[in-house]
Amino acid sequence: MLPIGHYLFLSLALFILGVIGVITRRNVIVVLMSIELILNAVNINLVAFSRLYGDVAGQVFALFIIADAAAEAAVGLGIIIAFFRNRETVLADEMDLLKW
Amino acid sequence: MTPTGYFLDHLWMIPLFPLVSAALMLFVGKRLPKIGVNVLCVGSVGLACVYALGAVSQLLAADPEHRVAQQIMFEWLTPGAMQMTGGHLVRFVADWGLLLDPLSCVMVLVVTGVGFLIHVYSVGYMAHEGGYYRFFGYMNLFMFAMLTLVLANNLLLMFVGWEGVGLCSYLLIGFYFLKKSASDAGKKAFIVNRIGDAGFLLGLLLTAVTLGTIRFTSMGLPESAGYTGILQSLQAAVDAHALTYGAPVLTLIALLLFVGAAGKSAQIPLYVWLPDAMEGPTPVSALIHAATMVTAGVYMVARMNAVYQLAPYAMDVVAVIGVVTAIFAASMALVQNDIKKVLAYSTISQLGYMFLALGVGAFSAGVFHLMTHAFFKALLFLGAGSVIHAMSGEQDIRKMGGLWDKISITSKTFVIATLAIAGIPPLAGFFSKDAILGHAFEKNIALWFVGIFTAFMTAFYMFRLFFLTFSGYSRADEHAAGHIHESPPTMTVPLMILAGLSFIGGWIGWPESLGGSDRFAKFLEPVMKGVTEAGATETAHHSWLAEYFPMLMALVIAGAGIWLAYQFYRTKRIAPELVAAKMPRVYDLLSHKYYVDEIYDALIVNRVKDLSTLFGLFDGKVIDGIGVDGAGWLARFGSTLSMWWDKWVIDGLLNFGAKFMQLLSYPIRLLQTGMFSSYAMVILIGLVVLLAYYGRHMQTLLRGVH
Repeated sequence: MLPIGHYLFLSLALFILGVIGVITRRNVIVVLMSIELILNAVNINLVAFSRLYGDVAGQVFALFIIADAAAEAAVGLGIIIAFFRNRETVLADEMDLLKW
Repeated sequence: MTPTGYFLDHLWMIPLFPLVSAALMLFVGKRLPKIGVNVLCVGSVGLACVYALGAVSQLLAADPEHRVAQQIMFEWLTPGAMQMTGGHLVRFVADWGLLLDPLSCVMVLVVTGVGFLIHVYSVGYMAHEGGYYRFFGYMNLFMFAMLTLVLANNLLLMFVGWEGVGLCSYLLIGFYFLKKSASDAGKKAFIVNRIGDAGFLLGLLLTAVTLGTIRFTSMGLPESAGYTGILQSLQAAVDAHALTYGAPVLTLIALLLFVGAAGKSAQIPLYVWLPDAMEGPTPVSALIHAATMVTAGVYMVARMNAVYQLAPYAMDVVAVIGVVTAIFAASMALVQNDIKKVLAYSTISQLGYMFLALGVGAFSAGVFHLMTHAFFKALLFLGAGSVIHAMSGEQDIRKMGGLWDKISITSKTFVIATLAIAGIPPLAGFFSKDAILGHAFEKNIALWFVGIFTAFMTAFYMFRLFFLTFSGYSRADEHAAGHIHESPPTMTVPLMILAGLSFIGGWIGWPESLGGSDRFAKFLEPVMKGVTEAGATETAHHSWLAEYFPMLMALVIAGAGIWLAYQFYRTKRIAPELVAAKMPRVYDLLSHKYYVDEIYDALIVNRVKDLSTLFGLFDGKVIDGIGVDGAGWLARFGSTLSMWWDKWVIDGLLNFGAKFMQLLSYPIRLLQTGMFSSYAMVILIGLVVLLAYYGRHMQTLLRGVH
């Protein structure tokens, strides 16, 4: 089995990619996809530590997160479509309604 | 014996009849058929006439000293106690009361009788005119006002009637109100009358404060109630030597009342409205501007004779104004070419005669002439109306002529009236005019001379009118000439009745010198006695000369006038044009009516207009300019100030607060970018900080899992 450091490194790389995507990308769909990356990084972490400690609870938790991510993607895409219908854009810098 | 009876108890019904039908005309007249209007309006005046006749006959049943019936409907104005010149206090009351004594008997009979005949005549004359019900409504309203005037038992109620007839006169002169000249004439009559009315009102007030009463007499009223009348009040004051013959206050009252009389009865200087009043329909001219309303001034002066008899100076003024008006108006009548204008100036002239009579103290002669004049002048006007009717509306006597046979009833009645006004015996005008001139002769030969010269002119212009209208050949244009026709019976029957009255109406005043008994003067004597004064002069001695000379002269002079008119206009031995050409100045002066209208325009009317313009300017510049516009400017200035305050101080404070807050919040606002990525960045930074801070505990935490 590969030492735990490799898994953690992969997880960290994925997480940083996701964070950079969330912060820098303008397209909200890409942002949503980046959030999925972050969630997957968390999943890898959970599964790696589950294997390391021989405790299956971490893997069960990862399954829950996958289901949760699917639901989150569905709701997020619904919001984006509704928003697109109103404003005809999916670009994040045009979504400035929070600042009136 | 006090007179009583049904008609005397129902005196108030006499003015009520025409009032009711006038009110009906006003409210439902438009919807009534013509026959209904006729029955109501003519019928109501007829009923008033019957009631007046009944009342007079019941009054005549009493002996001469008690021929007074007085009825107080209700107390109208009761301002309270007043001090009389006599010294004691009286309760001043203005009643709504009626008085029937010999003087008002004459008036009420003339008004209702002549009024009734003219109403009947109007049915024919106005048959083809628009506003039929309106005409009769106004005529009835006039009858009501005139009857109120003559039956009033006090000056104030008389004034009510006086104003009422003035209003009706205005309405009827302006009957053809679409015609500018007619509505102007109406206004002129109304305004000129207002000047006189102001005099009347002042005289009335002065009477009230001087004598403490405005009721003419207390005779005929129950003594127990303590009513006082002018006559009794004057008597008391004279007895107490508080007022004497020629007292200035009495002269002033008399003169002020005479101003009113001069307005209503068209005397100099207020006569100018009467010729213009001929714009009204001819029956109106006959009823209002010849027979009844214009005699109201004469009636009023005769009614107040007790005051006048104590005011010799005022009497002289009345006599002089009267006789000057008489000759002045007669001279203008000489050259008029409008048939109605001639009659109008003739009316003014005859009214002048009446005032001459009043002024020389012959009150009953004045009232006598008033009555006979009502007959023959109403007849003349109605005859003129019939002529105008026959001539399809033509009023210019130069375009008439040759009507004698064509309208024979009109022409025969007209000649009777013409002879009557010229003073030919035994027609009515002779007796009344003779009574006046006889008294004038006794009083002052100059007055008599002017009077007799006026009589000459009267005979001349009346026969000029007659010859030009009825004799010779027709000068009418073809259209009018083809339509000449006698008027319907509703017009000719009143003419015939009036002709009869003009013929015999003077006989009741047949003078003693001609074997009569002068019943008219005797009948009026109780009213004309006035105040008895110690040492008053007894009736003047009549010499043979004074009896017959004026009478003879009047006859000769009337004959001369007729003869001259005959020479001028019938045989044409003298051409009037040549005479006029020889005296161009005189003719010009006469035909322009002495330029009186122009003088009044220049002196008064235009000055009033100037004053109005001045007031208009004042109104425009000062009231509007400074007052209204100034107030507007002030308000605008105030609101500008207020706006400035609002904008810069109130709003300024608020804005300052807001700006201050904005400034304070600036750094905080920077945090809010509105971009979720920056928020995410902040979250990330927070996470990193948290991790960095708690990182060293991480191992412990992780270890704790195991």
